[in-house]
Amino acid sequence: MNILMAIFGAVSQGLLWGIMALGVYITFKILDFADMTCDGSFALGGCVSAVFVVSFHWNPYLSLIAALVAGGIAGGVTGLLHTKLKIPAILSGILTMISLYSINLRIMGQANTPINTRMEGIDTIVTMITDRLPDEISKSSNTNTFVTMIIGAVFVIICIAVLYWFFGTEKGSALRATGNNEAMVRALGVNTNRMKVLGLVIGNALVGLSGGLVVQSQKVADVGMGQGTIVIGLASIVIGEVFLGRKLNFAAKLGFTILGSVIYRIIVAVVLQLGLESSDLKMLTAIIVALALSVPVLSKKHVD
Amino acid sequence: MLNITEVYKTFNTGTINEKKALRGVSLHVHPQDFITIIGGNGAGKSTVLNMIAGVYAIDSGSIVLDGKDISRQPEYKRAEFLGRVFQDPMMGTAADMEIQENLALAFRRGKKRGLSWGITKEEKELYYDALKKLDLGLEERMTSKVGLLSGGQRQALTLLMASLKKPKVLLLDEHTAALDPKTAKKVLDLTENIITEHQLTALMVTHNMKDAIRLGNRLIMMHEGKIIYDVSGEEKQNLQVSDLLQKFEEVSGGEFANDRMILA
Ligand SMILES: Nc1ncnc2c1ncn2[C@@H]1O[C@H](COP(=O)(O)OP(=O)(O)OP(=O)(O)O)[C@@H](O)[C@H]1O
Ligand SMILES: [Mg+2]
Repeated sequence: MNILMAIFGAVSQGLLWGIMALGVYITFKILDFADMTCDGSFALGGCVSAVFVVSFHWNPYLSLIAALVAGGIAGGVTGLLHTKLKIPAILSGILTMISLYSINLRIMGQANTPINTRMEGIDTIVTMITDRLPDEISKSSNTNTFVTMIIGAVFVIICIAVLYWFFGTEKGSALRATGNNEAMVRALGVNTNRMKVLGLVIGNALVGLSGGLVVQSQKVADVGMGQGTIVIGLASIVIGEVFLGRKLNFAAKLGFTILGSVIYRIIVAVVLQLGLESSDLKMLTAIIVALALSVPVLSKKHVD
Repeated sequence: MLNITEVYKTFNTGTINEKKALRGVSLHVHPQDFITIIGGNGAGKSTVLNMIAGVYAIDSGSIVLDGKDISRQPEYKRAEFLGRVFQDPMMGTAADMEIQENLALAFRRGKKRGLSWGITKEEKELYYDALKKLDLGLEERMTSKVGLLSGGQRQALTLLMASLKKPKVLLLDEHTAALDPKTAKKVLDLTENIITEHQLTALMVTHNMKDAIRLGNRLIMMHEGKIIYDVSGEEKQNLQVSDLLQKFEEVSGGEFANDRMILA
């Protein structure tokens, strides 16, 4: 039972973080833009969500919209640095990411913002639901995990549905093509700079939303919470790809990225059980990504 | 209809790599001209097409299309009027997207792209018929990724994409040079058909002098960033490869034409 609950916990975290992985999928995979903004925009989404709930007593779900918008703006800044000022892609992202560290501290006025739901008028997206359940159920931490999982699943489904729709539209097709063959898309009359900005806005909006969701579930925002987000996002994508068949459609690709995120969380839960420190996780994640990325190279060498 | 006047273009100005690519190019293209462009390596042929398309800004001069000065317009805006096929078959299509998706992108050239569906049912029928005319069996593979096609098939598709929405000018930059001779001939025949059928105005760069003479109604030769020879009509019909070689020797000061031109 304990292990089962641990897995459910991992799944619910995997779903919430998976939305960040979708954002990374859009910038890295679809737009082919190595976007380093996400470490900053993830924390930004988290901080914004926490502050709106704690200081302004916003409905936590509304605070997620603020997180989404904030993330999108961060992505837009990176996009403008790159397209207007011609700063290389990676550096543009790093510049935004670094400034977001200061900005996030400004937003919170301190290094972290706990969400104390015992106070009047302060709720998280989870407690808003559990508070309405009968006492004997709502007190159990299992209930918390289940509710978080369901909320995560609903958000994931909405995000995938919206992305599937958008990337099927004229604009979405042009965006996909921009990542695929920029010169051609320009020759077909598309302002590819605008497309890049749009892709970065969408990607980082999702990352910000995910940051907000994670903060809501852990009841605290921390200025350092975004560190390593990109690598976790990439790990989710590459793990998802291991399971992904070749001829699957776009929605399935997004779905498998979520699956990758869930499996990543399960791997993390397992290695923590095995006695690894949580501070070892960043290296472990980096190794997963490096291994996954080297598989095609190594197997090709084998053939040569 | 397309008036190019005294266009200059220097790359890497002020560095040791400075290269005067165009030195006062003027060309007046008439409606339904099909102009073939020849010249040695680095003569500036591709640069002329790139200047028309707006890939790089010109240093001075003007490019006027149907009375409208487009020389300061960004590339994506001019695209509304231009169809382009490149030398590299990879360049004209999006490899990771389906054949029909590529066509749908091309079909919307110059139009505002909104949030309506990227490809409609009626379009698919249109594409089916258009692909069928290529006679490559692509109409049965409309949902295949373009990356799976051969170089020749991709060039044929790019040609179709360039003409799907009738361009005011079609720009072809050695679009058969990367293909084997048999495929090159097929793509060239297709080019001729499409230009005739849609009554297009076209500029085609080629290294093959026989093709340059055989195709089109007008031929220009470039050398060191200038147009040094411009023939059309009957005079062009009667040209021989030897005439062109002689012309080339004259301007290059006795040096023989480069290998690629002789081979052709
Ligand atoms: N983007 C660029 N940057 C720097 N130099 C360039 C650039 N494009 C072209 N050039 C230079 O301008 C000159 C003309 O090049 P262009 O590509 O127009 O020649 P071309 O006639 O098409 O030759 P080829 O037959 O080799 O294709 C060459 O010396 C080339 O090196
Ligand atoms: Mg060239």
